[in-house]
Amino acid sequence: MTDPSDSTAPPAGGTADGSAHVPGAASGRTAHAPGSAPGGAGTAEGGAGVSGAPAGRATRLRPAALLVALGVLLASMTTGTLAGAADIAPGQVMLELLDRLPFVSAGSGLTPVEQGLLVELRLPRVLLGAVVGGLLAIAGAAYQGVFRNPLADPYLLGAAAGAGLTTTAVIVLLKGDTEAVTIPAAAFAGAVGGVLLAYALGNVAGRGGGTATLVLAGVAVTAFLTAVQTFVQQLSVEDLQRIYGWILGTVDGGWERITLIVPYAAVSVAVLLAHGRLLDVLSVGDDEAVSLGLNATRVRLVVLLAASLATAAAVAVSGLIGFVGIVVPHVIRRLAGGSYRVVLPLSLIGGAAFLVFGDVIARTVLAPAELPIGVVTAFVGAPFFVAVLRVTKRVET
Amino acid sequence: MSDVRAHDLSVVLDTRTVLSDVGLQVRGGDWLAVIGANGAGKSTLLKAVAGVLPYSGEVLIDGTSVRRLKPRERARLLAYAPQSPVLPADMTVFDYALLGRTPYIPYLGRESRRDREVTASVLERLDLAPFAGRALGRLSGGERQRVVLARALVQQAPVLLLDEPTTALDLGHQQQVLELVDRLRLADGLTVVTTLHDLSLAGQYADSMMLISDGRVAASGSPADVLTEKLIDAHFGARVRITSGPDGRPGVHLERP
Repeated sequence: MTDPSDSTAPPAGGTADGSAHVPGAASGRTAHAPGSAPGGAGTAEGGAGVSGAPAGRATRLRPAALLVALGVLLASMTTGTLAGAADIAPGQVMLELLDRLPFVSAGSGLTPVEQGLLVELRLPRVLLGAVVGGLLAIAGAAYQGVFRNPLADPYLLGAAAGAGLTTTAVIVLLKGDTEAVTIPAAAFAGAVGGVLLAYALGNVAGRGGGTATLVLAGVAVTAFLTAVQTFVQQLSVEDLQRIYGWILGTVDGGWERITLIVPYAAVSVAVLLAHGRLLDVLSVGDDEAVSLGLNATRVRLVVLLAASLATAAAVAVSGLIGFVGIVVPHVIRRLAGGSYRVVLPLSLIGGAAFLVFGDVIARTVLAPAELPIGVVTAFVGAPFFVAVLRVTKRVET
Repeated sequence: MSDVRAHDLSVVLDTRTVLSDVGLQVRGGDWLAVIGANGAGKSTLLKAVAGVLPYSGEVLIDGTSVRRLKPRERARLLAYAPQSPVLPADMTVFDYALLGRTPYIPYLGRESRRDREVTASVLERLDLAPFAGRALGRLSGGERQRVVLARALVQQAPVLLLDEPTTALDLGHQQQVLELVDRLRLADGLTVVTTLHDLSLAGQYADSMMLISDGRVAASGSPADVLTEKLIDAHFGARVRITSGPDGRPGVHLERP
């Protein structure tokens, strides 16, 4: 009898010695109470590991899917860097970028103004678009997992309303400048505050953190904060355009904004990616997750906090860009399957690519004027989403 | 084989006492069927034993109080399948069954090769191997029930708690699933506790039965002790005729009043 705890595991399927006569049989790792798992009895029961089923059929992030996603992201970022209102030849852009690499010297022939435009405006804009898009999409996927609701988006728990209120307050009351750091700081604090308020309210009302109560608390908090925001906004009509401009969102803002959110982005993304398997466990319901030994409430809290941090970071530097957080994860689900181990990383990459493409359209269609990116994401995203739904017909979920 | 005992189990939900002072005892390798009218507290009892609901009282597996175990340790002893399990439509059968390995995987860890092997061979054993890559949303009722059973078996717990494993199945599939549970029980020495609303079926398969009424134990013992015309009339409000089958097991037949 092979000791199953032996590190030299039998080959896939365990056909060699019939050690696949589960369940209850081999208790090597399982530390059962003594005698709880009878040894060879299982072999009698049609088990015997015949014709070894391959042991690796679990849904995983396939390298091919990852490569495709990264390829799309690369394409979007290249397009974003090459395209723009200013007429700079793509060849020159490439040469200029090469020139910036260490040990490479390639004269691009760009004027200093064009160089500045490329490096100080266009590049950070592409990068910020990628970071914000990735954050919103992965946060949306996480929210959908936690609430087991396909309509959940990163703004569900009051992040948007909270950020809207604090930003409006800073613009109206402090006459704050949308370019300064105060706006991102205020938006960040507002987003986090809105979510915490909803969570606290949901816990008080729901005894034990049921998801339905939490969603309702989010709705209530959003309605309340939006009402206050509207009131503050009406106090100062001359600021309306700036407030509205912030709400519609932009990924313009330079390197400073990227460095501002990178720490929050890194932490939240790392936590979310680590929780893919646990979100899969949660997807079968709280009772079963608990019966499987998982602390469902704690997992939900950790994922919610991380997703809200990601949302707050995105909102802080880009305003309220809709559609990314709700649509990208669904597109990924359709194309690559429903396991959160696949959905989370691919949403991150897919959201990044989607928003970079969206921004390219936003700043080229009406050049030199710009469309608000939120308009583009919905205008382009909705038909795209419908197309994906049509192409990948699946079982109703 | 693990014996299961519980005493003084009480569950209060929203200030309503759903279960009070219930005790039960199942010998290792035996099958206990919990019966009772709708709302009597059968599912609540199973959930309490599974540790899914807060309860007062004690649940003991081989004399060890479940309360003292960590959730993961408990999950290695008790596998639970709820009455209406959530089956995410786009999850594959293999991924779903693999969830049964959760109690063996560290919090942020991932499944080992062994976890996948255990899962693959359970699927094989339940004739589900051809379905491994299929989405749960594309299964028939009987297949779904088998998949849920597979997930519980992958847990490799010596005690199986099944809440109405035959709901929504036609006669043939009811029999198929219960026969399967019985075969597995005998082969692996599993201790099985099920709720069953079909009294005849319960009488056919259970070693012992317990009748719950209004959250209390109304009767318990062998099927012949529990399935009597008097008890069923008193607690289900149903007029039945009890017959004794060739194997001594009681059959329950509805009669028009």
